[in-house]
Amino acid sequence: MTALWILLLPALGMVVPLLTAKWGRNGCTLMTALAPLAALLVLLQATPSVFQAIPIVSTFEWVPILGLSVSFHLDGLGYLFGLLILGIGLLVILYARYYLSDRDNMGRFYAYLIFFMSAMLGVVLSNNVVQLWFFWELTSISSFLLISFWSHKSDARKGARMALTVTGAGGLALLAALLLMADVTGTYEVRELLQQGDVLRASDYYTVIVVLFLLGAFTKSAQFPFHFWLPHAMAAPTPVSAYLHSATMVKAGVFLMARFYPALSGTELWFVIVSLTGMITMLVGAYLALFKHDLKGLLAYSTISHLGLITLLLGLNTQLAAIAAVFHIINHAVFKASLFMAAGIIDHESGTRDMRKLNGLFKYMPYTATLAMVAAASMAGVPLMNGFLSKEMMFAETLTQETLGALSWWIPVLATLAGALGVAYSLRFMHDVFFNGEPIDLPRTPHEPPRFMRVPVEFLVVLCVFVGIIPQFMVGDLLAAASLAVLQHELPYYSLSLWHGFNLPLLMSVVAVIGGAVLYWHRRHLFHFYGQFADRDAKQIFEGAVQALQTAMVAVNHWLDNASLQRFMFLLVLLALILAASPLLHLHETVGTQPQLALNWVVGLAAMLLIVATLLTVWWSHRRLLALIALSVVGLIVSISFAYFSAPDLALTQLSVEVATIILFLLALFFLPQSSPVIDSPFKIIVRDLGVAALFGSVIGTLCYVMLTRPLTSISAFFLENSVPGGGGTNVVNVILVDFRGFDTLGEITVLGIAALGIYKLLARIPLYMPTTDSKGHRWSQDRHPVLLALVSQSLLPLALLVSAYIFLRGHNLPGGGFIAGLITAVALVQQYVAHGVDWMKGRIVFNYQAIIAAGLLIATMTGVGSMAFGREFLTTWFDYVSWPIVGKFEIASALIFDLGVYLTVVGATLLILANLGKLTTTERLRAGEG
Amino acid sequence: MMLHLPILPLLIPLLSGILLLLPPFNQHDQRSRWFAIVSSAMMVVVSAYLLWTVDQSGALVYALGGWQPPFGIMLVADRMAVLLVLLTSVLLFCVLLYGSAGEDKKGRFFQSLVMFQVLGIQGAFLTGDIFNLFVFFEVLLIASYALLIHGGGKAKTLANLHYVSLNLVGSALFLFALGMIYGTFGTLNMADMQTKAAFISADDVVLAKSGALLLLVVFGLKSAMLPLHFWLPRAYAAAPAPIAALFAIMTKVGLYSLWRVHGAIFGEHAGDLALVAHDWLWPLAWLTLVVGIVATLASQTLRMLSANLVLVSVGGLLLMVALNTPLATAAGLYYVLHSTLASAALFLLAGMVVEQRGKAEDRFVPSRPVAQPVLLSGLFFVIALAMIGMPPLSGFIGKTAMLQAALQGNMAHWIWPPLLLASLAALVMLSRAGSTLFWRSKGDRPSSLKAHPLQVLSVTLLLLCLPLLVIFAGPIMAYCLAAAEDLYRGLNLLQIMSEQGLPHD
Repeated sequence: MTALWILLLPALGMVVPLLTAKWGRNGCTLMTALAPLAALLVLLQATPSVFQAIPIVSTFEWVPILGLSVSFHLDGLGYLFGLLILGIGLLVILYARYYLSDRDNMGRFYAYLIFFMSAMLGVVLSNNVVQLWFFWELTSISSFLLISFWSHKSDARKGARMALTVTGAGGLALLAALLLMADVTGTYEVRELLQQGDVLRASDYYTVIVVLFLLGAFTKSAQFPFHFWLPHAMAAPTPVSAYLHSATMVKAGVFLMARFYPALSGTELWFVIVSLTGMITMLVGAYLALFKHDLKGLLAYSTISHLGLITLLLGLNTQLAAIAAVFHIINHAVFKASLFMAAGIIDHESGTRDMRKLNGLFKYMPYTATLAMVAAASMAGVPLMNGFLSKEMMFAETLTQETLGALSWWIPVLATLAGALGVAYSLRFMHDVFFNGEPIDLPRTPHEPPRFMRVPVEFLVVLCVFVGIIPQFMVGDLLAAASLAVLQHELPYYSLSLWHGFNLPLLMSVVAVIGGAVLYWHRRHLFHFYGQFADRDAKQIFEGAVQALQTAMVAVNHWLDNASLQRFMFLLVLLALILAASPLLHLHETVGTQPQLALNWVVGLAAMLLIVATLLTVWWSHRRLLALIALSVVGLIVSISFAYFSAPDLALTQLSVEVATIILFLLALFFLPQSSPVIDSPFKIIVRDLGVAALFGSVIGTLCYVMLTRPLTSISAFFLENSVPGGGGTNVVNVILVDFRGFDTLGEITVLGIAALGIYKLLARIPLYMPTTDSKGHRWSQDRHPVLLALVSQSLLPLALLVSAYIFLRGHNLPGGGFIAGLITAVALVQQYVAHGVDWMKGRIVFNYQAIIAAGLLIATMTGVGSMAFGREFLTTWFDYVSWPIVGKFEIASALIFDLGVYLTVVGATLLILANLGKLTTTERLRAGEG
Repeated sequence: MMLHLPILPLLIPLLSGILLLLPPFNQHDQRSRWFAIVSSAMMVVVSAYLLWTVDQSGALVYALGGWQPPFGIMLVADRMAVLLVLLTSVLLFCVLLYGSAGEDKKGRFFQSLVMFQVLGIQGAFLTGDIFNLFVFFEVLLIASYALLIHGGGKAKTLANLHYVSLNLVGSALFLFALGMIYGTFGTLNMADMQTKAAFISADDVVLAKSGALLLLVVFGLKSAMLPLHFWLPRAYAAAPAPIAALFAIMTKVGLYSLWRVHGAIFGEHAGDLALVAHDWLWPLAWLTLVVGIVATLASQTLRMLSANLVLVSVGGLLLMVALNTPLATAAGLYYVLHSTLASAALFLLAGMVVEQRGKAEDRFVPSRPVAQPVLLSGLFFVIALAMIGMPPLSGFIGKTAMLQAALQGNMAHWIWPPLLLASLAALVMLSRAGSTLFWRSKGDRPSSLKAHPLQVLSVTLLLLCLPLLVIFAGPIMAYCLAAAEDLYRGLNLLQIMSEQGLPHD
């Protein structure tokens, strides 16, 4: 549980600052520090076990299918990082207490900081690769929050976004790498995976894994060419920089390389990529650091350079180099944190970080200056400081390299050059800021900071010196334990001491120091050289690139999606055409085995009419009224053919639907132009559409032919057999509608009802142009409601209602039913609207059509629910035959009640649509408020 | 009531939708709001109970009208269906809460139509009959046509015109396909089809293939598969916020149908018809994801971005359908849960942003600050993490599962790059969107219009589901895997009928 608690305590402590923010700055700081402090104590308590390499693991199952478990382990490397994260984290908390101003929301700041701390702890303690990635991403997210803490500043927003994008992209690559590693080795446990190095190196995926893995590590650790985000993350408050860029965020990348060192290193590929990247990064960072006028900018590039150094060491493929890398991780964290804090003090107390203004501060803050200079000396690698030791180990390792063949001597030379550059910028930091004349135009008169703001710096600087002088005593065990975790087997001999005698590495150090001093002395020439190149702001370039990408994508997207319905429709039909036709190509015989009916002249004539009417509909599509007439011919012939092929129910339905549809069309056509231009699309579009339409029609036609000429074996026999005994009706079609598949019918009448409601909503909102004349300029007739029509319609009404009642009642046994009856009723009523006008009807039709729809649906549904009361399934029907005097024997069936629901819904829906569409031209029309 | 459990998720919205049109609810705002919310809460409870029952004792079959399958219509409440039913119910509850803050009175029949829409969705999930599936498609489509224009406006009407026209063609194609399917299979019962698929006579196979491929077009249109996806961005971006949130589940109906029909019926064991659609599905799914990424990067408003992110999730899910392994389907199911909830929350949040930013609405330009910057940006941050697929929210589990499924199916080299790039694109766009909408303000007077507590509650509830999906990811993934295995195994109709005491021969 130890490993878990180290993470859990700070994670739970995240809410503490938010809760205690109102207790004042000291109270909040104190309470915030408690959780990390407790975690640090837990960690320290585990020291003996870690140093004896006793594994501390706690695992809980989480998502076993994905190999994801909650699994933490504490080994030497995790211990070392835990110490840095918690130790420096506590110092940063103390430091931030004095750094933040009253305007800053301290509770929020600390909450983010603790969030970040927990995420980092999660990364270093994870024993499951997916969980490791989980925390890895959390560090990206929390660092985004920290960097953008001053979100009103454009720099902070852009810097944070850039950091998030670059590290986020790396995170995705890392996820891919980790999943591949787990797939290759068959384990998601880090501890087990580290033992499988040989399997990984032998795998086909090794190259992909290494590249993806290193993308993740390099982006996080700001390795060239991904280094550009780091300096811009300096827009964060300085405590954040001190934390993120010394011990934590950027160290996560090198941690990752160290963690998986046993599993992935040891090949040419690893060596070349890692060491070269490290070398380039070290040089580029050191070179650029020299020219930064911003104090934090200099430190940022120096951080990049030192991360490059650590990466280089991890890529050198000797065990001693790996140990040196671990050692430098410790040393860099310690001196860089103190330097950032010192820079923050200088900024805080003098109001600027510009080294062209900051001069001669030694006079004003001698104590801070001394601390900062000691830390800078460590950064430069001056003897007696911890930075010297690890740098010298690095020099020693570069000497043994042979991989570049005859050019291997480049490696030590370039390393020395980087060392010299490091000395030069360190000198600049010391000399420019603390000496070099008098300060220029400082916003504030500098002075020593509050006592406790300095404590963290003092503590770290003391560490620098002590580690530098008595390394074995200070960090010997820690380094051994961490290195053991990195190498995973017995450590080679190495000596941690200040003095190794006169040797080549010492000479390189001396050359670096002298060279650095010379470089600094002649800095004017260097600055001149550097000034020859245009100063490029990575932020602008990055923003520009993202915006260019967006612009390009807008163009591509616009090219794809031109908002044209014609194109969308074309694509839909084209896809359907290709997909439906593709299997047909493999069919050898179009005609099936089904015996065919003989063609007679009636059928032939109807077919001819159908084809002609269809063509005319298309031909006249721009003359709407004519097209409508042609279309109604199509509908009629379909009705007739239903009747001809013994489907009277379908024929009746089709016929009544036809009537209602035509009325609907006529009402709608009133608002449309009488005709539209014949050619309103480019010619080639018309050809294209015609071609696709013809092809699609022929494919569907062929499919129909293929299907109809083949015998059908289906479940339909069941319906014929069970219609009377099971459904109580001799009209199988109706029994299917109200019984076998009554549920479909319920769905369909619901559709009808909803359609009516939707059209109602649309009509209430839509502003329509109301033509006062027809297309030829004739005014509408004054006689809106001819007497003859009114008279005939009115006298027809009872007859029509009677017919619909008859059709309704006989439906179960003979052609008819609720749907057809409903349409007949609706059409009869619409006829009254046409004949008499809305005003006349208003007084006579008092019921609300919505209520009729709802009532119809309710009746149909409740018929179904009723059967549930008898313990039967929804919509189970019941029927019986009774004998009444005079009437004789007749049937009562629950299906009739269901059909009544259908009837009412159809009447209500049809009238709601037609009446409201008709009313649009009158004062009774729907208003926007009603829809 | 145990017997009727599978039909309750349909009866509740149907009856609620009807009753909301009648007195005493139709003229009374508060009453209809409460009635709808209470009945949706009932649906959540019923669906949860149904899920629990099914998980304990296996799939339930409900024979409507008492007619034994395959002759009558049957409902199948198996693990996959009830999971999505529960998801829809939860979504419905949140949408109604949000709508009750005032959006519902910008037009008529809001609650009622939402209920009908959900009836269609739940019906599509539960039905075991392919013609009945068509009917429920119609129900959900027609309700969505009506809801898309809720509140009126040019953008909505135009988007609706495209949406309706394309879907009408889609419905016609659906009928063609059903004709061919019935002509060759002689049955409409999907479980029956699954057992018969391998025995279709060689002469009929061509027709059946054409039918199956036409169904791919139909479901592809519904789920927004390239090149049939064009209706989606504008429709979703134009729709009123709660409706757009509800639409988040609609594309999933298409995906679900693909799983049911092309994954199971025309699955590996379908003889000559095995995986008939998959050769087409692969490239189309892949391109959908790529085009989704392009569209995401091209987005200019938050609502458009949300809509395009839906497209991206569809692309990923289609790839899971194409993989057609139990793990891929399980990963897809988990991702459906996650992406539906997260994108619904994003649409709702976008609605609040639009209300508070005045004329700038949700365009990515500096404008006056929103009235509740901390609240809105906080919610946005959480949703953004989820949409990108970053931990600690459920997106990362869904994404990891999909990556693993691709690896296991030996398609990692195709699926991983776009899937990972999609996350990156979402990250780039959402981080830009967030910093522009909430941080880059111009003018100092924030709008005075604050979000209604119900709106905040609604989004918060949706977001609360996401950590739950993470914490219980183990059992949920196990459930999804079991659901996927059930799907591929198919139903043993005879056995279930005898177990449940249904008439059978």
